[in-house]
Amino acid sequence: MSLATYRFEVPGDDFTRAGEASGSLKRSLKKIGFDPDIIRRVSIAMYEAEINMVIHANGGVIDVEVSPQKIDIWFRDKGPGIPDIDLAMQEGYSTAPDNVRSLGFGAGMGLPNIKKYTDEMKIDTEIGVGTTVYISVYAK
Amino acid sequence: MTVSQLCESIGGKIIAAADASDNLIKGGYTCDFLSFVIGKAKSEDAWITVIGNVNTIAVASLADVGCIILAEDSPLDEDAKDKAEMVGIPVISSSKNSFELSVELGKLLGM
Repeated sequence: MSLATYRFEVPGDDFTRAGEASGSLKRSLKKIGFDPDIIRRVSIAMYEAEINMVIHANGGVIDVEVSPQKIDIWFRDKGPGIPDIDLAMQEGYSTAPDNVRSLGFGAGMGLPNIKKYTDEMKIDTEIGVGTTVYISVYAK
Repeated sequence: MTVSQLCESIGGKIIAAADASDNLIKGGYTCDFLSFVIGKAKSEDAWITVIGNVNTIAVASLADVGCIILAEDSPLDEDAKDKAEMVGIPVISSSKNSFELSVELGKLLGM
């Protein structure tokens, strides 16, 4: 049974609005009454994925499905795709451009953080077509 | 220790969200890479950084830190200040560098 579903449109290359979707979901999960640790894990993973869409894929769409058992999130973009997922998953590996690094991004911790704070993570990517990242956080 | 007590002890100035200066501070985290902070800072930490843009505030809010300390008189962007007020994350400005602030915070916390 689904408690709620949400859809967020993430604009590309707009760092002033990056994090708005994560902030919005965080507030919604608080209202529903999830455990703070669950909310924190969802917020971290979602922020990282949202930022990835802004930096690498010119934005995209986020779909969230909240049930009492888990929070499922799909991040869909039409970006360039990820050539080597194993490399992208390595801590410290980043392809973020210099102008983004000066804002505090580009640590190469985005995908590792998503993996670390979620119970399930799956990446479907095709070069030149786009990437879908699916994550799930169990609500214990 | 509250944010206002911390601010006074380090000789800083609260430049945003003074309304939330009774937030509690129980630890600290020093880093400028946002992904390190969101992944590793704990709630009720004072986060010491030199980056004062709107993304700093977004990360601070998502990570539930108690306050941000901007080291070396680093500027806080206008939209970042507005966002800090909106989400209630106090920002302290200090002329000291990140190392000096980390040492002082550690002493205040009895580390």
